[in-house]
Amino acid sequence: MLQPGNKAPNFTLYVSPDQEISLYNYKGKRVVLVFYPADWSPVCGDQLMLYNEITDVFDKMNTQVLGISVDGKWCHASFREQRNLSFPLLADFEPKGSVARMYGVYNEQVGESERALFVLDENSIIQWSFLSEPQINPGADGILEALEKLERVI
Amino acid sequence: MSLTPPVSSIDHLWGNKDALIELVEYGDFQCPHCGRAFPIVKRLKEAMKDSVKFIFRNFPISKIHPQAKDAAVAAEAGGLQNKFWEMHDLIFEHQKRLNHISLIEYATIARLDVPRFNEDMKQENLFKKVEKDFMGGLKSGVNATPTFFINGLRYEGSWEENNLFEYLQNLEISVKEI
Repeated sequence: MLQPGNKAPNFTLYVSPDQEISLYNYKGKRVVLVFYPADWSPVCGDQLMLYNEITDVFDKMNTQVLGISVDGKWCHASFREQRNLSFPLLADFEPKGSVARMYGVYNEQVGESERALFVLDENSIIQWSFLSEPQINPGADGILEALEKLERVI
Repeated sequence: MSLTPPVSSIDHLWGNKDALIELVEYGDFQCPHCGRAFPIVKRLKEAMKDSVKFIFRNFPISKIHPQAKDAAVAAEAGGLQNKFWEMHDLIFEHQKRLNHISLIEYATIARLDVPRFNEDMKQENLFKKVEKDFMGGLKSGVNATPTFFINGLRYEGSWEENNLFEYLQNLEISVKEI
């Protein structure tokens, strides 16, 4: 798993059925990368709902949340619509899990990403990372604490 | 994971404030799990009222429960007339009907001054208090509702059936021994 202090590697993934985005498009913003095992699973749903509830808090901190799983772009589109999610979900679908592998959070045995969080600063340097148990919703406290630390530095 | 901020006089506290066991619930009035937890908590706090004080803090997930915040404000407005717990209970007992008219109905049943309640429902301060509860919950590591804290630490076990009750009863025995 990539550790704080490292530059977050760039990647380009589908964010909707007809649009791709790159991590470095968000330069100048802080980014929270939320790797999670799968759309529709109960814990992921709770975790993403929580981040969705506080998008205004993230906005105030100049922060973009990006969800990433190995699910395909159509699956993400349907999941986002059903859960009314306002932040993007990226499809780490082909080659499967390549971004999760790059960040050291791919679970080969189940063929899904681990449940992992990365907080990047405005220059895409990893400032905080956290690997959660797959069945445990890590909440938002660690993310907020990392972001507040960045606010104090400025 | 510990409770931030700790319980203070701005919280709604049920029971004996000097009780040795402090049980805090972060809840959402429209959340069905909180609805199921309501009778469990009610029964245990009455059974253990000498040793447990109970505090309710708001954690409305508004994007999936659009009426949760108004319901929370209604309970707070009840609190301004010293009837927080009456409103808290009425709202949970009728959590499938939380529109404005229903909230007024519960205020009437709770014998609140209804015109005043209606005015208080618009108070920016009450919305701010609910939001403050929510932010405190986030920082304390609340990740879903209901989440319980016992004596300042997050309770990781199950709250269903008798689990929470038994946990608190065992805790009561060990606290009394100290």
